[in-house]
Amino acid sequence: MSRWPKPAEGSWTQHYPELGTGPVSFRDSTSPEFYELEREAVFKRAWLNVGRVEDIPRVGSYFTKEIDAARASVIVVKGKDEKIRAFHNVCRHRGNKLVWNDFPNEEVKGACRQFTCKYHAWRYGLDGALNFVQQADEFFDLDKTQYGLTPVQCDIWNGFIFINFDPEPRQSLREFLGPMVTGLDGYPFEKLTERYDFIAHNNSNWKIFADAFQEYYHVPSLHPQQVPTAVRQPNAGFECAHFQIDGPHRLVSTAGERRWLKPPEFMYPIERVTHSGLVGPWRTPETYLPPGLNPGGIEPWGISNFQIFPNLEILIYGGWYLLYRYWPTSHNTHKFEAYTAFHPARTVRERIEHEVAAVVLKEFALQDAGMLGGTQAALETGVVDDFPLNDQEILVRHLHKVVVDWVDEYQEERSPVGVAR
Amino acid sequence: MSIKRLPSAFAELERFTEQWCLPTEAERWNMRMATSMLTMREFYEAFSPRLEEAIDYCDKFPLDDVPDDALNLLHLIYSMVMVSMAVEIFGQPLPTDAADAVMDRVGEPVP
Repeated sequence: MSRWPKPAEGSWTQHYPELGTGPVSFRDSTSPEFYELEREAVFKRAWLNVGRVEDIPRVGSYFTKEIDAARASVIVVKGKDEKIRAFHNVCRHRGNKLVWNDFPNEEVKGACRQFTCKYHAWRYGLDGALNFVQQADEFFDLDKTQYGLTPVQCDIWNGFIFINFDPEPRQSLREFLGPMVTGLDGYPFEKLTERYDFIAHNNSNWKIFADAFQEYYHVPSLHPQQVPTAVRQPNAGFECAHFQIDGPHRLVSTAGERRWLKPPEFMYPIERVTHSGLVGPWRTPETYLPPGLNPGGIEPWGISNFQIFPNLEILIYGGWYLLYRYWPTSHNTHKFEAYTAFHPARTVRERIEHEVAAVVLKEFALQDAGMLGGTQAALETGVVDDFPLNDQEILVRHLHKVVVDWVDEYQEERSPVGVAR
Repeated sequence: MSIKRLPSAFAELERFTEQWCLPTEAERWNMRMATSMLTMREFYEAFSPRLEEAIDYCDKFPLDDVPDDALNLLHLIYSMVMVSMAVEIFGQPLPTDAADAVMDRVGEPVP
């Protein structure tokens, strides 16, 4: 029946026996108490992607990031030594928020030579050092070297800036990412700098939206319009060619003939005219694709979708990619950031191709987002809490398991001696 | 007569410029949401036979030096992309089942 071979165990899910095959609870997505634990156990311990090196191109370029899940505001800045650093956005004098423009809760970006606190004009260098104190001789034995900005761990992978709120992360960024994700090394992210950025404030737990993008079982039913009416199959299913799990991270690859190689009736008129659409521009400049992009060796390969724990997704279509981040703002709300990234357009025609891809992406993402309010409300009734997941939904199963595992581990570490382990 | 905004070869589309020459996705999206399918179909039907030609016309210019009339035409093309989603795919302004979901484009290249 299945078009793509499953692992010897008979299913992708059984290939990873720790996942089990039983029904799954989504209490991790409805409970305020669980969210409080998740903040500590996940968002204050995992490496979190907050941007790209291109976001701060020059010495003094900076942006701030509000991370409610960690109750933190962070400044990310490029120093005089070209090194990128992150600091808590807190003045060491009286705790004023250091960097903001119109309203303190709004993220900002810009460039400066130093950071000056609005309140009493204390000044900090791009390296976080306290450089100037107004009326310093009024203080009592103030040692300026002890009052620099509080650093946040910060490291870079392939141009992606990650931070970690744990002052002593258990793993380096590269160790944390592991071999499956770092298999993307060499993909030319740094060349794909033409971006279309999106933000959405969604009324669900962050994991419920992540789930929508880590299974394609829902595609024929929720997004039937992805196939023009004339050629739509009423009972179509969707089978992914390859799933892979590595530590807390997940991957799914799809296969399939390129949409534009199919007969014309499989495309909408706007796609045929613009040579772009649901799967992006038909042609992209030559792009190096590392072997780790398609670890299942799928042929013909379609896309690979890397779900990087906890809240980052990088979906690579070949010559362009898209990125999603899910930032929880409460147990039942989150802020969603997304962008599509292309080789910079060389011609107006290429720019139109990119516009089409960015427009189509939003259309179908809105269908996914449209489910969220209803799903969250239904889950919160608590009427049902054993949800059957199929083999195509293995990554949904894995995300919820990993989050619960991290929370359990955190709690065990805090249990009284002699009780835990 | 009002001022001509498009290259003369596309004069028959002048009547749509007031509504659809919009430089940002946010404006185009909001216009789509605020416009009836009847009105959008009229724009779509009128522009469809000229779309390929319009893209070719704009493509003659370098991206960083598109003259004003061609830039207006490009913005009209972007609106055609926006409207085609409603006309070709969903048959309604909002994507089917998008419910109360909102997704704002907050960054995009120019033009």
